Amino acid sequence: MTVPAIRIASVTKSYGALKALGGVDLEIGQGEFFGLLGPNGAGKTTLISALAGLVRPDGGVLEVMGHDVVRDYRNARRNLGVVPQELVFDPFFTVRELLRIQSGYFGIRGNDDWIDEILASLDLTAKASSNMRSLSGGMKRRVLVAQALVHRPPVIVLDEPTAGVDVELRQGLWQFVRKLNRDGHTIVLTTHYLEEAETLCGRIAMLKAGKVVALDTTDNLLRRFATHSLRVKVGQPAAALALGGVEVDGGWVEFAFDSFAEVEQVLARLREAGAGVMEMQLGEPDLERVFIEVMHRV
Amino acid sequence: MSERVPRIEVGAEAPWVGFRTLLYKEVLRFWKVSFQTVMAPVLNAVLFLLIFSHVLDRHVTVYGDIAYTTFLVPGLVMMSLLQNAFANSSSSLIQSKITGNIIFVLLPPLSYREFYAAYVIASVLRGLFVGLGVLLVSIPFVELQLAYPLWVLSFAVMGGAILGSLGVIAGIWADKFDQLAAFQNFLIMPLTMLSGVFYSIHGLPQLWQDVSHVNPFFFMIDGFRYGFFGQSDVSPWLSLGVVGGCFVVLAAITLAMLAKGYKLRA
Repeated sequence: MTVPAIRIASVTKSYGALKALGGVDLEIGQGEFFGLLGPNGAGKTTLISALAGLVRPDGGVLEVMGHDVVRDYRNARRNLGVVPQELVFDPFFTVRELLRIQSGYFGIRGNDDWIDEILASLDLTAKASSNMRSLSGGMKRRVLVAQALVHRPPVIVLDEPTAGVDVELRQGLWQFVRKLNRDGHTIVLTTHYLEEAETLCGRIAMLKAGKVVALDTTDNLLRRFATHSLRVKVGQPAAALALGGVEVDGGWVEFAFDSFAEVEQVLARLREAGAGVMEMQLGEPDLERVFIEVMHRV
Repeated sequence: MSERVPRIEVGAEAPWVGFRTLLYKEVLRFWKVSFQTVMAPVLNAVLFLLIFSHVLDRHVTVYGDIAYTTFLVPGLVMMSLLQNAFANSSSSLIQSKITGNIIFVLLPPLSYREFYAAYVIASVLRGLFVGLGVLLVSIPFVELQLAYPLWVLSFAVMGGAILGSLGVIAGIWADKFDQLAAFQNFLIMPLTMLSGVFYSIHGLPQLWQDVSHVNPFFFMIDGFRYGFFGQSDVSPWLSLGVVGGCFVVLAAITLAMLAKGYKLRA
């Protein structure tokens, strides 16, 4: 039986009175592109930090490729690459020096062929001899990704890698990460950009107050929680509101339903009520709606 | 990226590479700014030497017939060595903590013992570089003998290791530069200055001689000086015992802090 890339069982962590993780259970299979979502303070970064050995859990078990992150930390860490949320760097070194040093920390010498390949993939070759201080924010972000990959980890965790990043870099980064996933790497992503998570992640867990409140494939989540919507601009808003619509911005009234087959019925009722439809828009279910729905329900 | 995702083989890496890399990084870190980390302390020590020798050399002799400036040089060498050993580990750690790049050392599979050894050995090396620098630039000013080189080396290495360990403790404990400066100015500096760098404790009133005997820095400098002159205020074996004991205690405290992940792994 294949071991899961990540196994998290009954993990708890408190900071004084604050319960950051209240018994998290999660299993991520090898080769998955997995999204970890939640509002600020939900416990995403604490969970990732516990997985990376930066935070010691109060209870529970965390494993990377079958290796316990506390008892067998050396093997767990060899299998894990983490791209941290903060834009941190060591100002004393050039990009290449930094990547060689990072390789050495993982016990790897003579890693230049692989370093060259990573630099080329991240469009950093021209900056290899530049000091970290001289790089732009976007370049520094790419170096962080490169640092997480020097030891060729099968599991890669990206903690909000696109926060404050411009569109071009974001696109390039996702292209690269998708390629890594196609090559067999397991990717775990936390992000506040829900569109990204919807497009990239095959499965998603949502955290709230240190607990997993939703865990399913992205498609299932969209099916289970999200509703289709019809927005209409009408001459008689009161008539539309009387039919169960909800007033939204700019004088529009919104109707929610489970399938588009219901659109005709809604329009027929509006016509009968003399609401006078002037404009209309159809809304597809999206992860943002799912997220809001889940966070309000639980 | 032509290769498929690798299978990581357990224990596949060459042994000690992680430790050696961290040591190399720590040495490279201070070497890249050696004007600040090596040259500046050497210049400071030379200024001390010039001023004190000019003022006191004709008025003071120590251990019978040793000129004051000659007596002063080993003390200055050791003082510079100790202060810089402390500065190395403490400044490296607090900078890494405050800028956040400490994460690059915490994510890899390095043990807390490797972490400790790398930071302390780098501190000893910086201390030795600075100490050697002070010694070399002092040679034109004094006729220095070297009675027992092994004693000199033993006290230099152990003193550097003690201050390197103290630097690790301070660097981990301090949350801001202000706290580290307090550690340095209110603990390290007074203990160094009152350790007999500039005088023999036999010239002090009895009370201050007794106070000196509870200052471990006194034993580091007195033992180190014995290696040069073959004479000291107390037995070099006693100094070796005190210094060795201090190192064992501090190493144990530092290792316990690192094993627990104090302020590094929340």
